[in-house]
Amino acid sequence: MRPVFAFLAGGLFGVGLWVSGMTDTRKVLGWLDVFGDWDPTLAFVLGGAILPMTLAWSASSRRAPVLGGAFPARPEAELDRGLIAGSVLFGFGWGLVGLCPGPAMASLSFGGIGGLVFLMAMIGGMLGAPPVRRALDTAVPVA
Amino acid sequence: METEWLYGLAGGLMIGCAAALFLLVNGRIMGASGLLGGLVDGSGRRNGVERLSFLAGLVLVPAVFVLASGGSETHLTGNLGLVIIAGLAVGLGTRLANGCTSGHGVCGISRLSYRGVAATGLYLLAGAITVGVVRHLLGVS
Repeated sequence: MRPVFAFLAGGLFGVGLWVSGMTDTRKVLGWLDVFGDWDPTLAFVLGGAILPMTLAWSASSRRAPVLGGAFPARPEAELDRGLIAGSVLFGFGWGLVGLCPGPAMASLSFGGIGGLVFLMAMIGGMLGAPPVRRALDTAVPVA
Repeated sequence: METEWLYGLAGGLMIGCAAALFLLVNGRIMGASGLLGGLVDGSGRRNGVERLSFLAGLVLVPAVFVLASGGSETHLTGNLGLVIIAGLAVGLGTRLANGCTSGHGVCGISRLSYRGVAATGLYLLAGAITVGVVRHLLGVS
């Protein structure tokens, strides 16, 4: 049953990304353009998405997932170099063309050759992550 | 144009319900970069079928809806050099940060995770600065 519900969740996620406008790079870049003609639509997307998820987190306390196993543990409240450098790098790429990982996959069927090139480059960047992470972790402390 | 926020809200609720379904039923965080990245670098081989099924739904189900609606557009830039640089940065960055807009943004903020809130603040800031520099300083739109 796990693959069935994973497929359903992925499908609903993808349709939601399309309906919300997250697969339209013009809308995404308009939302990031706070110094220009700012488009606030994506605030509704984020707000709309956080609402059901807040309820889901509170429903998950003192329970187990329907299909067994355990809920993911709360990560430690700690910022590491990977999180900081990675988030800045991700934001730079997102702001450059307006695609992030979910919409890049959800728009694969209608994104043309450019969408496919983005996905391939993204997978290439993911392949390069483990050695970069090791280098960041073993680098001499700054402070 | 006045109805765009409604589509945003409706789509956002669908994204949140998908994340809630994946959490409550499968017990998993719905993070697009993590689900794909674990398959790419082999770290998620243990639950590979679950990951592949999620990604199959993510690609195929919107394809059906978009086809039925008569098509859609991403309006992605035609500059493939820019697309490749952006793709590399998004792939490397999201894996180093352990999450993207869905994992840190939707799942992390709703749990008030310190890491999720910090990551979201950082990538929004970096994205806004990038758009500001590219559009308003370099004059490319």
